Amino acid sequence: MSEDTEAVTRIETPVYLQYNFTAGRAPARFLERIRQGVLTGQRCPRCANVYIPPRGSCPACGVPTEEEVVLPDKATVQSFTVVAIPIPNNPIKPPFVIANLVLDGANISFIHLMSECENSEVHIGQRVQAVWKPEAEWTYAMDNIRYFKPIDEPDVPVDRIGRLPIGGWEDEQ
Amino acid sequence: MAQPDVLSQAFELGFTYTRSTGPVVGRFLTGLRDRRIFGIRASDGRVIVPPMEYDPATAEALDEFVEVGQQGEIVSWCWVKQPRASHPMDTAFAWAMIRLDGADVPMIHCVTAAAEEDLATGARVQVVWAAETRGYITDIRCFELIGE
Repeated sequence: MSEDTEAVTRIETPVYLQYNFTAGRAPARFLERIRQGVLTGQRCPRCANVYIPPRGSCPACGVPTEEEVVLPDKATVQSFTVVAIPIPNNPIKPPFVIANLVLDGANISFIHLMSECENSEVHIGQRVQAVWKPEAEWTYAMDNIRYFKPIDEPDVPVDRIGRLPIGGWEDEQ
Repeated sequence: MAQPDVLSQAFELGFTYTRSTGPVVGRFLTGLRDRRIFGIRASDGRVIVPPMEYDPATAEALDEFVEVGQQGEIVSWCWVKQPRASHPMDTAFAWAMIRLDGADVPMIHCVTAAAEEDLATGARVQVVWAAETRGYITDIRCFELIGE
Protein backbone atom coordinates (compact mmCIF):
# COMPACT_ATOMS: atom_id res chain seq x y z
CA MET A 1 0.00 0.00 0.00
CA SER A 2 1.13 3.51 -0.75
CA GLU A 3 2.52 5.73 2.00
CA ASP A 4 0.82 8.78 0.49
CA THR A 5 -1.64 10.61 2.70
CA GLU A 6 -2.52 13.53 0.41
CA ALA A 7 -5.86 13.22 -1.37
CA VAL A 8 -5.68 12.39 -5.06
CA THR A 9 -6.50 15.49 -7.12
CA ARG A 10 -4.93 14.71 -10.49
CA ILE A 11 -4.23 11.70 -12.62
CA GLU A 12 -2.03 11.29 -15.65
CA THR A 13 -4.06 10.07 -18.61
CA PRO A 14 -1.85 10.17 -21.68
CA VAL A 15 -3.17 9.13 -25.07
CA TYR A 16 -0.78 7.71 -27.64
CA LEU A 17 -1.81 7.22 -31.25
CA GLN A 18 0.35 4.95 -33.37
CA TYR A 19 0.37 5.73 -37.06
CA ASN A 20 2.07 4.26 -40.05
CA PHE A 21 2.50 7.12 -42.51
CA THR A 22 2.86 6.21 -46.16
CA ALA A 23 3.85 9.09 -48.39
CA GLY A 24 1.69 9.47 -51.48
CA ARG A 25 3.20 10.09 -54.91
CA ALA A 26 3.78 13.83 -54.51
CA PRO A 27 5.21 13.72 -50.95
CA ALA A 28 7.35 10.71 -51.90
CA ARG A 29 8.78 12.65 -54.85
CA PHE A 30 9.47 15.62 -52.54
CA LEU A 31 11.26 13.35 -50.04
CA GLU A 32 13.25 11.63 -52.78
CA ARG A 33 14.48 15.02 -54.00
CA ILE A 34 15.23 16.42 -50.55
CA ARG A 35 17.40 13.37 -49.99
CA GLN A 36 19.52 14.87 -52.77
CA GLY A 37 19.42 18.28 -51.13
CA VAL A 38 16.90 19.75 -53.57
CA LEU A 39 13.66 21.48 -52.51
CA THR A 40 10.92 20.57 -55.00
CA GLY A 41 7.40 21.92 -54.98
CA GLN A 42 4.48 21.65 -57.40
CA ARG A 43 2.64 24.39 -59.30
CA CYS A 44 -1.14 24.42 -59.71
CA PRO A 45 -2.07 24.48 -63.43
CA ARG A 46 -5.05 26.72 -62.71
CA CYS A 47 -4.09 29.33 -60.08
CA ALA A 48 -0.28 28.95 -60.51
CA ASN A 49 0.30 28.75 -56.75
CA VAL A 50 3.40 26.74 -55.81
CA TYR A 51 3.11 24.30 -52.91
CA ILE A 52 5.93 22.77 -50.90
CA PRO A 53 5.83 20.13 -49.57
CA PRO A 54 3.45 19.17 -52.40
CA ARG A 55 0.36 17.08 -51.72
CA GLY A 56 -0.42 16.30 -55.36
CA SER A 57 -3.37 18.64 -55.67
CA CYS A 58 -4.25 22.29 -55.23
CA PRO A 59 -6.29 22.85 -52.06
CA ALA A 60 -7.86 25.99 -53.56
CA CYS A 61 -8.72 24.72 -57.07
CA GLY A 62 -9.09 21.00 -56.32
CA VAL A 63 -7.11 20.02 -59.41
CA PRO A 64 -4.06 17.72 -59.61
CA THR A 65 -0.65 19.40 -59.49
CA GLU A 66 2.05 17.79 -61.61
CA GLU A 67 4.48 20.47 -62.72
CA GLU A 68 7.57 20.36 -60.52
CA VAL A 69 9.28 23.53 -59.41
CA VAL A 70 12.75 23.53 -57.87
CA LEU A 71 12.93 26.19 -55.19
CA PRO A 72 15.88 27.93 -53.54
CA ASP A 73 16.58 27.50 -49.82
CA LYS A 74 15.95 31.13 -48.93
CA ALA A 75 12.70 31.96 -47.17
CA THR A 76 10.74 34.66 -45.33
CA VAL A 77 9.33 34.46 -41.80
CA GLN A 78 5.54 34.51 -42.09
CA SER A 79 4.93 33.93 -38.38
CA PHE A 80 6.82 32.44 -35.48
CA THR A 81 6.67 31.46 -31.85
CA VAL A 82 9.29 31.27 -29.14
CA VAL A 83 8.85 27.94 -27.39
CA ALA A 84 9.61 28.38 -23.70
CA ILE A 85 8.41 25.11 -22.21
CA PRO A 86 9.89 21.69 -22.94
CA ILE A 87 7.89 19.41 -25.21
CA PRO A 88 7.91 15.73 -24.13
CA ASN A 89 10.29 13.61 -26.23
CA ASN A 90 11.63 16.67 -28.03
CA PRO A 91 15.43 16.75 -27.73
CA ILE A 92 15.64 20.51 -28.38
CA LYS A 93 16.04 22.55 -25.22
CA PRO A 94 13.89 25.68 -24.89
CA PRO A 95 13.79 28.53 -25.51
CA PHE A 96 13.85 27.99 -29.26
CA VAL A 97 12.06 29.49 -32.25
CA ILE A 98 9.59 27.65 -34.48
CA ALA A 99 8.54 29.58 -37.55
CA ASN A 100 6.18 29.38 -40.49
CA LEU A 101 8.53 30.00 -43.42
CA VAL A 102 7.70 30.63 -47.08
CA LEU A 103 10.41 29.74 -49.58
CA ASP A 104 11.08 32.18 -52.39
CA GLY A 105 8.83 31.16 -55.27
CA ALA A 106 6.39 29.30 -52.99
CA ASN A 107 2.93 30.40 -51.95
CA ILE A 108 2.53 28.33 -48.83
CA SER A 109 4.52 28.09 -45.62
CA PHE A 110 5.94 25.13 -43.77
CA ILE A 111 7.11 24.89 -40.18
CA HIS A 112 10.80 24.71 -39.30
CA LEU A 113 13.30 25.72 -36.65
CA MET A 114 15.21 28.97 -36.56
CA SER A 115 18.64 29.25 -34.98
CA GLU A 116 21.83 31.36 -35.05
CA CYS A 117 19.53 34.25 -34.16
CA GLU A 118 18.57 36.35 -31.18
CA ASN A 119 15.16 34.95 -30.26
CA SER A 120 13.98 38.40 -29.22
CA GLU A 121 14.89 39.84 -32.62
CA VAL A 122 13.02 37.33 -34.78
CA HIS A 123 10.23 39.11 -36.66
CA ILE A 124 7.67 38.70 -39.41
CA GLY A 125 9.15 39.48 -42.82
CA GLN A 126 12.67 38.50 -41.73
CA ARG A 127 14.82 36.86 -44.42
CA VAL A 128 16.34 33.46 -43.63
CA GLN A 129 18.28 30.69 -45.33
CA ALA A 130 18.56 26.94 -44.72
CA VAL A 131 21.51 25.49 -42.83
CA TRP A 132 21.85 21.94 -44.13
CA LYS A 133 23.24 18.90 -42.41
CA PRO A 134 26.40 17.39 -43.95
CA GLU A 135 25.50 15.63 -47.20
CA ALA A 136 26.49 12.24 -45.75
CA GLU A 137 23.58 12.53 -43.29
CA TRP A 138 20.89 13.36 -45.86
CA THR A 139 17.88 11.10 -45.84
CA TYR A 140 14.19 11.22 -46.84
CA ALA A 141 13.43 13.98 -44.36
CA MET A 142 12.90 17.70 -43.95
CA ASP A 143 15.42 17.35 -41.10
CA ASN A 144 18.14 17.42 -43.77
CA ILE A 145 17.78 21.12 -43.12
CA ARG A 146 19.04 21.56 -39.57
CA TYR A 147 17.42 24.98 -39.20
CA PHE A 148 17.07 28.35 -40.90
CA LYS A 149 19.25 31.31 -39.96
CA PRO A 150 18.77 35.02 -40.60
CA ILE A 151 20.51 36.53 -43.64
CA ASP A 152 21.46 40.12 -44.33
CA GLU A 153 18.62 41.14 -46.63
CA PRO A 154 15.94 43.79 -46.11
CA ASP A 155 12.65 42.68 -44.56
CA VAL A 156 9.78 41.68 -46.83
CA PRO A 157 6.62 43.78 -46.36
CA VAL A 158 3.73 41.74 -44.97
CA ASP A 159 1.69 41.97 -48.18
CA ARG A 160 4.58 40.46 -50.20
CA ILE A 161 5.23 37.48 -47.90
CA GLY A 162 4.36 34.30 -49.79
CA ARG A 163 4.34 36.16 -53.12
CA LEU A 164 8.04 36.44 -53.94
CA PRO A 165 9.48 35.16 -57.25
CA ILE A 166 11.88 32.21 -57.31
CA GLY A 167 14.70 34.72 -57.79
CA GLY A 168 13.97 36.01 -54.29
CA TRP A 169 13.48 39.33 -52.64
CA GLU A 170 16.53 41.10 -54.02
CA ASP A 171 15.39 40.11 -57.52
CA GLU A 172 11.98 41.64 -56.91
CA GLN A 173 13.48 44.85 -55.57
CA MET B 1 9.65 11.35 -63.91
CA ALA B 2 10.63 8.07 -62.34
CA GLN B 3 8.17 6.53 -59.93
CA PRO B 4 9.66 7.05 -56.47
CA ASP B 5 10.05 4.30 -53.91
CA VAL B 6 7.15 3.73 -51.57
CA LEU B 7 8.12 5.59 -48.42
CA SER B 8 6.54 4.49 -45.18
CA GLN B 9 7.34 5.22 -41.56
CA ALA B 10 5.82 4.54 -38.17
CA PHE B 11 5.28 7.45 -35.85
CA GLU B 12 3.53 8.07 -32.57
CA LEU B 13 1.40 11.05 -31.68
CA GLY B 14 1.16 11.52 -27.92
CA PHE B 15 -1.13 13.71 -25.83
CA THR B 16 0.37 13.78 -22.34
CA TYR B 17 -2.74 14.85 -20.46
CA THR B 18 -3.03 15.28 -16.71
CA ARG B 19 -6.62 15.49 -15.52
CA SER B 20 -8.03 17.17 -12.46
CA THR B 21 -10.18 14.64 -10.69
CA GLY B 22 -12.52 16.95 -8.83
CA PRO B 23 -13.47 16.23 -5.21
CA VAL B 24 -15.73 13.22 -5.79
CA VAL B 25 -13.68 11.18 -8.23
CA GLY B 26 -10.61 12.27 -6.27
CA ARG B 27 -12.11 10.75 -3.13
CA PHE B 28 -12.87 7.54 -5.04
CA LEU B 29 -9.29 7.31 -6.34
CA THR B 30 -7.85 8.18 -2.93
CA GLY B 31 -9.93 5.29 -1.59
CA LEU B 32 -8.51 2.93 -4.20
CA ARG B 33 -5.01 3.95 -3.19
CA ASP B 34 -5.95 2.89 0.35
CA ARG B 35 -7.52 -0.32 -1.04
CA ARG B 36 -11.04 0.77 -0.20
CA ILE B 37 -13.96 1.36 -2.57
CA PHE B 38 -16.34 4.28 -2.09
CA GLY B 39 -19.65 4.99 -3.74
CA ILE B 40 -22.02 7.88 -3.21
CA ARG B 41 -25.69 7.95 -2.14
CA ALA B 42 -28.11 9.44 -4.63
CA SER B 43 -31.36 11.28 -3.78
CA ASP B 44 -33.40 8.10 -4.27
CA GLY B 45 -31.20 6.22 -1.78
CA ARG B 46 -29.25 4.20 -4.33
CA VAL B 47 -25.51 3.82 -3.87
CA ILE B 48 -23.64 4.63 -7.07
CA VAL B 49 -20.13 3.26 -7.73
CA PRO B 50 -17.96 4.87 -9.00
CA PRO B 51 -19.41 7.96 -7.30
CA MET B 52 -20.95 10.78 -9.36
CA GLU B 53 -20.65 14.46 -8.52
CA TYR B 54 -24.30 15.23 -9.23
CA ASP B 55 -27.55 13.37 -8.70
CA PRO B 56 -28.71 11.68 -11.92
CA ALA B 57 -32.36 12.62 -11.23
CA THR B 58 -32.26 16.01 -9.50
CA ALA B 59 -28.80 17.27 -10.53
CA GLU B 60 -28.14 18.23 -6.89
CA ALA B 61 -24.52 18.00 -5.76
CA LEU B 62 -23.88 14.73 -3.90
CA ASP B 63 -21.60 14.31 -0.90
CA GLU B 64 -22.68 11.25 1.12
CA PHE B 65 -19.89 8.76 0.49
CA VAL B 66 -20.61 5.11 1.27
CA GLU B 67 -17.96 2.43 1.45
CA VAL B 68 -18.99 -0.68 -0.46
CA GLY B 69 -17.77 -4.26 -0.35
CA GLN B 70 -14.83 -5.76 -2.19
CA GLN B 71 -16.94 -8.63 -3.43
CA GLY B 72 -19.87 -8.54 -5.79
CA GLU B 73 -21.64 -10.30 -8.60
CA ILE B 74 -21.35 -10.28 -12.35
CA VAL B 75 -24.35 -8.59 -13.94
CA SER B 76 -23.17 -9.04 -17.51
CA TRP B 77 -19.89 -9.86 -19.20
CA CYS B 78 -18.02 -10.23 -22.46
CA TRP B 79 -15.09 -12.60 -23.01
CA VAL B 80 -12.02 -11.17 -24.75
CA LYS B 81 -10.24 -14.07 -26.43
CA GLN B 82 -7.35 -12.10 -27.87
CA PRO B 83 -6.37 -9.10 -25.74
CA ARG B 84 -4.82 -6.13 -27.48
CA ALA B 85 -1.81 -4.16 -26.32
CA SER B 86 -3.96 -1.54 -24.60
CA HIS B 87 -6.02 -4.07 -22.64
CA PRO B 88 -5.36 -4.49 -18.92
CA MET B 89 -4.47 -8.20 -19.22
CA ASP B 90 -2.25 -10.06 -21.66
CA THR B 91 -4.19 -13.30 -21.55
CA ALA B 92 -7.88 -13.92 -22.29
CA PHE B 93 -10.16 -12.16 -19.81
CA ALA B 94 -13.66 -10.74 -19.48
CA TRP B 95 -14.99 -7.22 -19.37
CA ALA B 96 -17.80 -7.34 -16.86
CA MET B 97 -20.42 -5.18 -15.21
CA ILE B 98 -19.94 -5.97 -11.52
CA ARG B 99 -22.40 -4.97 -8.78
CA LEU B 100 -20.40 -4.70 -5.58
CA ASP B 101 -22.02 -5.65 -2.29
CA GLY B 102 -23.69 -2.52 -0.90
CA ALA B 103 -23.90 -0.86 -4.32
CA ASP B 104 -27.04 -0.50 -6.40
CA VAL B 105 -25.48 -0.03 -9.81
CA PRO B 106 -22.78 -2.12 -11.49
CA MET B 107 -19.41 -0.78 -12.57
CA ILE B 108 -17.26 -2.03 -15.39
CA HIS B 109 -13.95 -3.75 -14.75
CA CYS B 110 -12.07 -6.81 -15.92
CA VAL B 111 -12.39 -10.35 -14.59
CA THR B 112 -9.70 -12.98 -14.77
CA ALA B 113 -10.74 -16.59 -15.31
CA ALA B 114 -9.12 -19.72 -16.66
CA ALA B 115 -11.78 -20.16 -19.32
CA GLU B 116 -14.90 -18.54 -20.69
CA GLU B 117 -16.94 -21.48 -19.37
CA ASP B 118 -16.07 -20.50 -15.79
CA LEU B 119 -18.01 -17.26 -16.08
CA ALA B 120 -21.70 -16.74 -15.59
CA THR B 121 -24.15 -13.97 -14.91
CA GLY B 122 -24.62 -13.92 -11.15
CA ALA B 123 -21.16 -15.41 -10.45
CA ARG B 124 -19.49 -14.02 -7.33
CA VAL B 125 -16.21 -12.14 -7.71
CA GLN B 126 -13.76 -10.29 -5.50
CA VAL B 127 -11.20 -7.54 -5.97
CA VAL B 128 -7.56 -8.35 -6.73
CA TRP B 129 -5.53 -5.29 -5.77
CA ALA B 130 -2.45 -4.19 -7.68
CA ALA B 131 0.87 -4.81 -5.94
CA GLU B 132 1.31 -1.03 -5.72
CA THR B 133 -1.69 1.28 -5.51
CA ARG B 134 -1.33 4.85 -6.84
CA GLY B 135 -4.81 6.35 -7.02
CA TYR B 136 -5.85 5.01 -10.41
CA ILE B 137 -8.72 2.73 -11.46
CA THR B 138 -6.00 0.18 -12.30
CA ASP B 139 -5.27 -0.06 -8.54
CA ILE B 140 -7.96 -2.71 -8.90
CA ARG B 141 -5.86 -5.06 -10.98
CA CYS B 142 -8.92 -7.16 -11.81
CA PHE B 143 -11.67 -9.20 -10.21
CA GLU B 144 -11.43 -12.95 -9.70
CA LEU B 145 -14.06 -15.60 -9.21
CA ILE B 146 -14.70 -16.59 -5.59
CA GLY B 147 -14.33 -20.24 -4.64
CA GLU B 148 -12.30 -21.35 -7.62
